[in-house]
Amino acid sequence: MSGVDAIVDVEVGRVGMDAPASRIGDDAPRPDGVPKVTGDFAFSSDLWHDRMLWGGTLRSPHPSAVIRHLDVGPALALAGVYAALTHEDVPGSSTYGLERADQPVLADGVVRYEGEPVAIVAADHPATARRALDAIVVEYEPIEALVNSELAEASEPIHPDGNVFRRIHLRHGDQTVVGRSDLVSVEGIYEVGMQDQAFLGPESGMAVPDGDGGVDLHVATQWLHADRDQVAACLGLPSDRVRLSLAGVGGAFGAREDLSLHVHLCLLALRTGRPVKMSYSREESFHGHVHRHPARMWYRHYANSVGDLVRVEAHLLFDGGAYASTSSAVLANATCFSTGPYRVPSAEVEGVAVRTNNPPCGAMRGFGAVQTCFAHEAQMDLLADALGMDPVALRRRNALATGDVLITGQRVTGSLPVVEVLDACAGHPSAAVRPEEPMARPGGAGRTADADHVVRGEAVALGFKNLMFSEGFDDSSEARCEIRDGVVTITSACAEVGQGFVTLVRQIVGEVLGTSEVVLEPASTVGIGSAGSTSASRQTWMSGGAVQLACEAARSDLLTRIAGDYEVPADDLSLVDGQVTGLPDGYSPSLTEATGEPVVASVVHRHAPTVPLDSDGQGDAHVSFAVSAHRAIVDVDPDLGLVRVVELTTAQDVGRILNPRQAVGQLEGGAAQGVGLAVMEEVQVEGGRIRNASFTDYLIPTALDMPPVEIAALVEQPEPGAPFGAKGIGESPTISSTPAVVGAIRSATGLALPRVPVRPEDIALADRDPVKSSPEVAA
Amino acid sequence: MTATIARTLDEACAALADRPHAVVLAGGTDLMVEANRGGRDMEDVVVVDRIPELRGWAQHGGSLRIGACTTCAEIGDGELASLVPALAQAARTVGSPQIRNAATIGGNLGTASPAGDTLPVLAALDAEVEVRSASASRMLPLHDFVIGPKATALEPGELIAAVHLPVTDGPQEFLKVGVRNAMVISVASLALVVDRPGRNVRIALGSVGPVPIRAVEAEVLAAERIDWSGNGILDSEVVERVCELVADAARPIDDHRGTIAYRRHAVDVLARRSLRRALASEEERNGL
Ligand SMILES: Cc1cc2nc3c(=O)[nH]c(=O)nc-3n(C[C@H](O)[C@H](O)[C@H](O)COP(=O)(O)OP(=O)(O)OC[C@H]3O[C@@H](n4cnc5c(N)ncnc54)[C@H](O)[C@@H]3O)c2cc1C
Repeated sequence: MSGVDAIVDVEVGRVGMDAPASRIGDDAPRPDGVPKVTGDFAFSSDLWHDRMLWGGTLRSPHPSAVIRHLDVGPALALAGVYAALTHEDVPGSSTYGLERADQPVLADGVVRYEGEPVAIVAADHPATARRALDAIVVEYEPIEALVNSELAEASEPIHPDGNVFRRIHLRHGDQTVVGRSDLVSVEGIYEVGMQDQAFLGPESGMAVPDGDGGVDLHVATQWLHADRDQVAACLGLPSDRVRLSLAGVGGAFGAREDLSLHVHLCLLALRTGRPVKMSYSREESFHGHVHRHPARMWYRHYANSVGDLVRVEAHLLFDGGAYASTSSAVLANATCFSTGPYRVPSAEVEGVAVRTNNPPCGAMRGFGAVQTCFAHEAQMDLLADALGMDPVALRRRNALATGDVLITGQRVTGSLPVVEVLDACAGHPSAAVRPEEPMARPGGAGRTADADHVVRGEAVALGFKNLMFSEGFDDSSEARCEIRDGVVTITSACAEVGQGFVTLVRQIVGEVLGTSEVVLEPASTVGIGSAGSTSASRQTWMSGGAVQLACEAARSDLLTRIAGDYEVPADDLSLVDGQVTGLPDGYSPSLTEATGEPVVASVVHRHAPTVPLDSDGQGDAHVSFAVSAHRAIVDVDPDLGLVRVVELTTAQDVGRILNPRQAVGQLEGGAAQGVGLAVMEEVQVEGGRIRNASFTDYLIPTALDMPPVEIAALVEQPEPGAPFGAKGIGESPTISSTPAVVGAIRSATGLALPRVPVRPEDIALADRDPVKSSPEVAA
Repeated sequence: MTATIARTLDEACAALADRPHAVVLAGGTDLMVEANRGGRDMEDVVVVDRIPELRGWAQHGGSLRIGACTTCAEIGDGELASLVPALAQAARTVGSPQIRNAATIGGNLGTASPAGDTLPVLAALDAEVEVRSASASRMLPLHDFVIGPKATALEPGELIAAVHLPVTDGPQEFLKVGVRNAMVISVASLALVVDRPGRNVRIALGSVGPVPIRAVEAEVLAAERIDWSGNGILDSEVVERVCELVADAARPIDDHRGTIAYRRHAVDVLARRSLRRALASEEERNGL
């Protein structure tokens, strides 16, 4: 590789060697924590090479158009421009995709969403690259965009693969109960807007040609190996000629599961023979990654008069936008978890994910369960109201537990402490007081509300989701542990995107091998197999488990060797505080002495197998489940429709806590994303065009919008089969926080609020009981 | 590209005379955002935030002169804040602490955004903008200075030196509606100034028109009907009518930040609330 030392070394993985060994359960600090706060951490946008060129992408201004003419000649004629490429320059597969390869690397004659890449350039300076993009001549013939997901199925296909990504028709239990006259039923239509992952580090990376036809790509991603395979296919190269290394990731939340600039960078680097860097602007980033699926959902719940759920019917329509991405898996999750963590003996759920000319949607924290949780929790509150029951009591009465059967027909065999989580959260004392400080009222710094303009509401919600990949996916993670001269070197391709794998590795090594002398190799595709994606709440289980098994195997090999040397049973020996103990005469060699001759162990870790859903949406499709609860207390200014979340309390099913500090971090951050979806976060799309592609207008919660998260309980019921009994915890906080906040706004205002995010006008301009109108100025 | 870091007002004016189309850079909180988005050609830049004459404020009798490079943080705090409370309230709603430390009042005027938060207050106070060039100095009333959305009356070679406004005796309010509780662009805002000795009321609206709007009819009605000699209170029917007139004065648009209907509704609510705060007795105010 040429000039590689000039690339900023992104050493997220290297941990200090002088600290005492961390153990499972410790508050071990993140090795990348301080550098991230001080600005020393190298993000992918900091990549640098002295000989590098700058890449740029020309994107479609139209959500739907035919390209009549495309000429990159004028760009190439500019001084300082080294390459300008179109679809004709893609040597391998012209399309890519995580589930199916339906998305063009560069548009070929037609564009299907605003922002679709049409051409790419490499130039000596970002400004030259911008001028080159301006010089490219494209003639578009706009065609009417298909932007209404409800019309997608019946419309002309906008892609050769058709307009339906997937349909799941789930039927469970007795389908004849509907006619029973003794049932109470409630019905609602719910809508979830398009949320963005809103990570801070925009897409960036650098491709470096190896001079031999291959390429090294440094990029911020969630899944190095899946990227590599897709990139290699598009480049027409064997996988081993394309090497990916993880560059510093500035947040992911699902938005880095799909390719973005990966193939473009490699094409430009291979064409120019020079390293090429690209870094999206914020606006470009909004067009450059998938978003959370907007959804329209119809629900009807039936219960008997004492509040036992009898049946749930639902229609789920998910707008996947122009290309497939992970729509099919998102829809499966939405459908399977559409009824929440409740016993539902009879269900009929039809889920459809469709293609439109809207921005492509795919993975985002919560992955399908977020949308349906908003709906099923609203339904549970409606039902409680119809039955005259306390909403918490209704939930408790119907709570799933180990041994129960899901609407997919799968029996829950692992831990599932729904009642424990619900009771801990709902029963937690509230510390919420009426704020004295005007800034602490709805409207915040704008000082819009006086005390008597504010009403308070409270609600509890439960969230439910699978952990790991589902539906028969052969999910694996490989890890290697080498112990040499007392230093443990761990190799894994697990992408650290902020979840804390780099911390956990040190704790696992401390726990299993009793030492703090740990080096975590930078994550790459070289010399190690896939770790799978950092998504689906799966890396602690999958890659943490792989590291644990690799460490155990290395320890076993080492102790067996020493036991052989000293002719003692291996079972007598252990590794404690960097020493081998249990040898005769109190002799205890240090780990350094014991590993002058190294031991190495590699392990590929798999979770229990699953099966695809059958034609009725039934089957043991999931590995494990997790439940979470949130209670929100909100203050609302009904006249202006402004909201202030006053308190957020949570309890979560975590299996076992591996690092309390990191666990709390996940719960807080995830809840903030849920609050955002509840009251402000939406990619506003009109006619297929994004209206707010900036952080000026795509609003995420500030410190004045996000209350402290009260942790009522981290419920520890170890999960059988999971490393150390720990469940993945990253997604749950985002799932139940949104419905809790909206439920609380409903309780404060009496409004139905069937859509998130709740906009000020949804409250202020709703038809409201006149008694709630604003107090008059005293005469 | 050239960049002149001016140390005196004369230096800045001279640099602008040399390159009349140079861009003036103060805190950069608007300009850099624009530059990063590629929306502004910045061939020549004149940096003005280190010019002592443009910083800080002074009181001359009943009038204040606030230097163009005075920051929102400075306006929101201290003695100045007690002299023009509504301006301080507006300045405190701008961005975040980091932004307020850099953002200047001159920059807010220079950008002349319909959502610029200090503008409704300056409009309500009939502020005047002191404009300088190498050869001249002129004073422009705010409504002659802000001539359209993001458009000012500045000529090439001119810069904003200061803004002049009166110190009034009476309550002032600034209220701003945004979708987020802080660091948010205003969807609608309202500034209210009650001048007791002058027996007049001024109401200006932000983010509901191309430029800050004075709700003149509402002002006149309120001034007429306030019981100036007594406890300064308006009866509720009059309040209704004043708020209606305020809402009528708004000329909002539909955009991704808010709808016409919501914006009109919001200024109505803001008018009601600001009047109540301003006209409430001491005792009532404590209960708010
Ligand atoms: C995150 C963020 C949040 C923000 N929030 C708000 C908000 O809540 N409310 C709000 O009103 N604004 C907000 N703004 C916008 C901005 O901070 C304000 O408009 C600020 O007052 C601009 O001042 P500045 O000194 O930074 O101006 P600059 O960016 O330096 O300049 C702005 C414009 O004014 C011109 N200019 C500056 N000084 C002079 C001068 N002396 N003479 C002539 N022309 C001049 C410049 O040429 C330029 O056109 C926000 C900006 C950011 C980045």
